[in-house]
Amino acid sequence: MAVCVAVIAKENYPLYIRSIPTENELKFHYMVHTSLDVVDEKISAMGKALVDQRELYLGLLYPTEDYKMFRKLHNSYTDVMCNPFYNPGDRIQSRAFDSMVTSMMIQVC
Amino acid sequence: MEGLTLSDAEQKYYSDLFSYCDIESTKKVAANGRVLELFRAAQLPNDVVLQIMELCGATRLGYFGRSQFYIALKLVAVAQSGFPLRVESINTVKDLPLPRFVASKNEQESRHAASYSSDSENQGSYSGVIPPPPGRGQVKKGSVSHDTVQPRTSADQQEPASPVVSPQQSPPTSPHTWRKHSRHPSGGNSERPLAGPGPFWSPFGEAQSGSSAGDAVWSGHSPPPPQETWVSFADTPPTSTLLTMHPASVQDQTTVRTVASATTANEIRRQSSSYDDPWKITDEQRQYYVNQFKTIQPDLNGFIPGSAAKEFFTKSKLPILELSHIWELSDFDKDGALTLDEFCAAFHLVVARKNGYDLPEKLPESLMPKLIDLEDSADVGDQPGEVGYSGSPAEAPPSKSPSMPSLNQTWPELNQSSEQWETFSERSSSSQTLTQFDSNIAPADPDTAIVHPVPIRMTPSKIHMQEMELKRTGSDHTNPTSPLLVKPSDLSEESKINSSVKFASGNTVADGYSSSDSFTSDPEQIGNNVTHQRSHSGTSPDNTAPPPPPPRPQPSHSRSSSLDMNRTFAVTTGQQQAGVVAHPPAVPPRPQPSQAPGPVVHRPVDADGLITHTSTSPQQIPEQPNFADFSQFEVFAASNVNEEQDDEAEKHPDILPVEKASDSASSLRVAKTDSKIEEKTAASVPANVSKGTTPLAPPPKPVRRRLKSEDELRPEVDEHTQKTGVLAAVLASQPSIPRSVGKDKKAIQASIRRNKETNTVLARLNSELQQQLKDVLEERISLEVQLEQLRPFSHL
Repeated sequence: MAVCVAVIAKENYPLYIRSIPTENELKFHYMVHTSLDVVDEKISAMGKALVDQRELYLGLLYPTEDYKMFRKLHNSYTDVMCNPFYNPGDRIQSRAFDSMVTSMMIQVC
Repeated sequence: MEGLTLSDAEQKYYSDLFSYCDIESTKKVAANGRVLELFRAAQLPNDVVLQIMELCGATRLGYFGRSQFYIALKLVAVAQSGFPLRVESINTVKDLPLPRFVASKNEQESRHAASYSSDSENQGSYSGVIPPPPGRGQVKKGSVSHDTVQPRTSADQQEPASPVVSPQQSPPTSPHTWRKHSRHPSGGNSERPLAGPGPFWSPFGEAQSGSSAGDAVWSGHSPPPPQETWVSFADTPPTSTLLTMHPASVQDQTTVRTVASATTANEIRRQSSSYDDPWKITDEQRQYYVNQFKTIQPDLNGFIPGSAAKEFFTKSKLPILELSHIWELSDFDKDGALTLDEFCAAFHLVVARKNGYDLPEKLPESLMPKLIDLEDSADVGDQPGEVGYSGSPAEAPPSKSPSMPSLNQTWPELNQSSEQWETFSERSSSSQTLTQFDSNIAPADPDTAIVHPVPIRMTPSKIHMQEMELKRTGSDHTNPTSPLLVKPSDLSEESKINSSVKFASGNTVADGYSSSDSFTSDPEQIGNNVTHQRSHSGTSPDNTAPPPPPPRPQPSHSRSSSLDMNRTFAVTTGQQQAGVVAHPPAVPPRPQPSQAPGPVVHRPVDADGLITHTSTSPQQIPEQPNFADFSQFEVFAASNVNEEQDDEAEKHPDILPVEKASDSASSLRVAKTDSKIEEKTAASVPANVSKGTTPLAPPPKPVRRRLKSEDELRPEVDEHTQKTGVLAAVLASQPSIPRSVGKDKKAIQASIRRNKETNTVLARLNSELQQQLKDVLEERISLEVQLEQLRPFSHL
């Protein structure tokens, strides 16, 4: 299912991108940016409806199962962030993160 | 390559050597570095070595397969025996002795190696430390004597390679450290120069046979003095600890400056221990780590924050990426801080990496932070450090001296446990439970949550009682308060909320009663009323007010009380019953628009009146915030009055009292003190009014009305009935009741807030006063001391 996982920084550059089938990173990168644009559109339209953000999120992520996946991803991401040797803005080079992402993608693919 | 026939001894020997060289456990390829080291240890001229390599096919293949390796070993034996190197000589030479590899076990050898190494380009002072990756490759159980004597050139050449290779083998640990120690007294200086280029590394390298070569190289690169700290750091633990060095081997090298000897010893040890967990931390290392930990964090049970750890480990000059990986491995609980165990693990990994060990993908068992406090180094032999994990990696313990494969096997279990950790951390990190808990806290207290226009006394009932009694003993208005006193007491018993509210209810009741009863305190009546109210509270509020909180103190339901009173009055009053009965249903309807302006108009006046009243009633101080409520009350009363005015004149008196009741009800709703204030104002006003004039212009109209009502009611005998009637009328007429209800709620909430603020202010004041008291006491004590001191003099 998960063919591509990408972590995009605030400045819209990828901190981490990994795709399973092949290394079509560029193509996935485009898709990721497109999806982010969609999110931005929806958020800007939403205003202060914070609750909606959650719905929006789930909507984007399809079924709630993905939410679980996201949680795993997020946990790993926070672990990476916690590393004092990690400079925010660097590409994520953590092996643990890689392995987690790989396992996650493989698990559902 | 022709077939190679090996005798059993040779077979065994070769396989051991191959295993030794097979640092990656490939079982197929011997690491080039190790092989080269081995060959160097064979004390063969370089060209011979090259020839051997060529002959065995490694040069062609580029790597040492098992067959190549065996052939090479055979050729080494051939060469060492003095036979010419020929491919065919592999099998032709009979009774070939086993190839000899010089191990740095012996002092002689070490000296030998030293002699070799002394020439190395590495500083001359480097007495024999340099030898190529010290006997890493070579060390073999005893059969191999690490040859630190590698030819200089080869050694030098090898070094660049060896550092890479050798570190992987056996992080020279204890022997190095030992050597280090031994050297320090004697050869400290010599080491220092080495340390010069890379203090950190040099001692490190020297200490470790294995790392010596690499270290030598590295030391050349690493900056000197700044590394001092690391030097010392490196001195002790790393080398010794990296490998499960046995003291025996270490001791052998005490006199040897060559790292090689140490390394060989180490390696031999290592070999002999056959894949002992290279990640075990020895006591010495552990102690060193602990000391380092203390320099950063004196409390051994405390944490080292990430930033401090970052600074510390950055000193090791490892690349950030590797440090990051080390951190990932060692920060087990992912909390951004290092406990002692985590720190030791991280330190150990750093040392290992410095010595050339590759960082594992998963934290080795022996480095696992101990969930339960186990002895440190004592557990080295013991195992996977985790008692906590002992459950999961059940197989881990067996891997005490695990071969790498077994270690790898145990890792999956550890991974599982780490996953358990992850899940645990996930759970712990998720604040859902916390938030849920927090959210639970909020609504926990229904009393506070719902501000019910319940006249609950804020201040202790006793105080109120006293106040009330004071009032009672005071002037006329004490009378009205008396019932209030009684009432509040009753109310306070049950309600915990606003006393004012209580008073309000008391007011309502009291007003009705006092006015009707000529201010005769009639607790019983009040109680009855209260009970009545209580009885009705269940029903009345439903109509007019939002569902009260469950634990609502019964008597204090102002709203209910008001309504109850209505009913009560309705019950008691015959005339008004109908009206009363009719009225309550009218309550729900929103107040008429006409009412709206009324309350607004009256508000300011009421407020003023309230303020004045509050000023007049010092006891009301805590209730000052209620004036707002009072205003509402008054507004309400005003509105009621307005409404009532429309009614028959006859009703006025009733209305007024009813208004008052409603006002009181609203005030009840509004706030505790408000009711009190109202009460007082009412009391005072009536008192004043009774004199014919309201001394205060502001005295809000409701007060006046109340007075009027009171006046009117006073003469009445059956004030109760009138009161009830009035109340009923007021309530019935309540166009504003619904509004007042809403307002009351808000007012009550506001008053609650105010009261809370008052509470906090008072609490602060209290603390300040206590502080002052303490200070004064201290001063007193100091003065007394001074006095004591002076006394002897005075006596003299």
